[in-house]
Amino acid sequence: MSLEEKKQQIVEDFSVYDEWLDKYEYLIELGKGLEAFPEEKKTEERLIKGCQSRVWLDSEERDGRLYFTADSDAIITKGIISLLISVYSGSTKEEIVADDFGFVAEIGLKDNLSPTRANGLVSMIERIKEIAGQGRQ
Amino acid sequence: MLEEIRKQFPALSAHVYGKPLVYLDNAATAMRPQSVVDTWSQSVLTGNANIHRAVHYLAGVATEAYEGARDGVQAFINASSREEIVFTSGATAAVNLVAFSFGEAFIGEGDEVIVSTAEHHSNIVPWQLLCERKKAVLKVLDIRENGTLAVEQLEKLLSQRTKIVAISHISNVLGLVNPVREIAQICHAHGVPVLVDGAQGIVHEPVDVQALDCDFYVFSGHKLYAATGTGVLYGKRKWLDAMPPYMGGGEMIKSVSFAQTTFAPLPEKFEAGTQNFNGAPTLVPAIRFAQEARANAAVQAEQAAITEYVYTKLTEDERVTLYGTSLKQKIPLFSFAVKGAHHEDLALIMDKMGVALRSGQMCAEPLMDRLGVTGLLRASFGPYNTLQEAEYFIKCLDKAINMLL
Repeated sequence: MSLEEKKQQIVEDFSVYDEWLDKYEYLIELGKGLEAFPEEKKTEERLIKGCQSRVWLDSEERDGRLYFTADSDAIITKGIISLLISVYSGSTKEEIVADDFGFVAEIGLKDNLSPTRANGLVSMIERIKEIAGQGRQ
Repeated sequence: MLEEIRKQFPALSAHVYGKPLVYLDNAATAMRPQSVVDTWSQSVLTGNANIHRAVHYLAGVATEAYEGARDGVQAFINASSREEIVFTSGATAAVNLVAFSFGEAFIGEGDEVIVSTAEHHSNIVPWQLLCERKKAVLKVLDIRENGTLAVEQLEKLLSQRTKIVAISHISNVLGLVNPVREIAQICHAHGVPVLVDGAQGIVHEPVDVQALDCDFYVFSGHKLYAATGTGVLYGKRKWLDAMPPYMGGGEMIKSVSFAQTTFAPLPEKFEAGTQNFNGAPTLVPAIRFAQEARANAAVQAEQAAITEYVYTKLTEDERVTLYGTSLKQKIPLFSFAVKGAHHEDLALIMDKMGVALRSGQMCAEPLMDRLGVTGLLRASFGPYNTLQEAEYFIKCLDKAINMLL
């Protein structure tokens, strides 16, 4: 699936839920389904600053594409980071840097989080962009 | 009836996400009654002038309202004189004032200050700054397993070098009323003064500073239904007189020259700069409301019922760990953890159900470390909260936990 298709998929998945509680339920399921993140990788460098709960993000480059893994001690936050990395894993650095992350606004995620959580979301997006921006011209 | 009380608070009829607001973050700030809003806007609309100095009519109106509030506070906490009431921007500013000015006068290298492990950052950090500045030592009084203060350890902590003890009347996390009178007696037996952080205490307990015999008592207006940016430092005159000013400028001077500046008498000595003259008068209707609520049997019965109900529900629930578990000292403020569910997730889900809670470290990181948690969820009730709301809170908590586990 291309980056665009993946984003479209998320927007569609989200649109079935009218109630925000249901959307949380969906994020919780995503969070619970996230692949286990090794304890030894939960280092200070992988921790995303600006989140109230703790979020760790790691990345790996294979064949010119980035693959992300992540974890959080709060499950909704874990669902959010899970959603982000499922969209952007497998993309090239160029694709990620060029992306405007507009689908996050489209699903209304940012507007429906508490301000502290919304800041955390912004920090997560910034970290993904930062990783994609590393080592480029 | 509670309906009459609730009607006085316009903010309580709000709906959030289409659901009636259940506001349980009163320990962070209380809602304001219409009487406070009216006093506030009246001050801005018909009494707005800078206080004390000018001779014109409006200045007189504003000064009277401001100084009237001082009299109101003096009577409310039974201070022996109005000069012992210093207006500040809040409890934090009041503690900082004492830590600085008392520290300048009485604390030197090697001296000791005692706080408890259950203090709010506002009653820790100013003392840490002082100790750093003066090379003094900060000592910590521990809590017992049920969250009550380990008062029996106080004797051992007090030494020849102890200069002041700063303790909260009620912890903003544990919700237990501390025996501040007993603490003052112990400290005074060693000649050590006591500052009581009354940010929560003033809301839930009748306070008579002469009966408590504390040396300082501080509180914020906004937790007591008054305007934000209002606050009170009560200090025994003998201490306030002996303390140098905290900030310079504005009304705190008697005369200024480059050769020598002399300072205004109490309480202006500690009220530098333009004061919150629009806000301070709201302390009067706020105090009136607090007194009415205390005298209202229906409110008191509801508060007691809420405390007992929530306490029982939370302690019975095996998924929940409640901190601060001495029921006879308990106010309707409950901080707890849920096994396997993050406090922030719970707060976020319950927010969508209309329930406003606090989650996180609640400005008490040392206490979180002591309890071995990264954060807690807190429900704090005000006199306008109903048992029905408490029941809704418990129901929503159960739903939220089930969503997460």
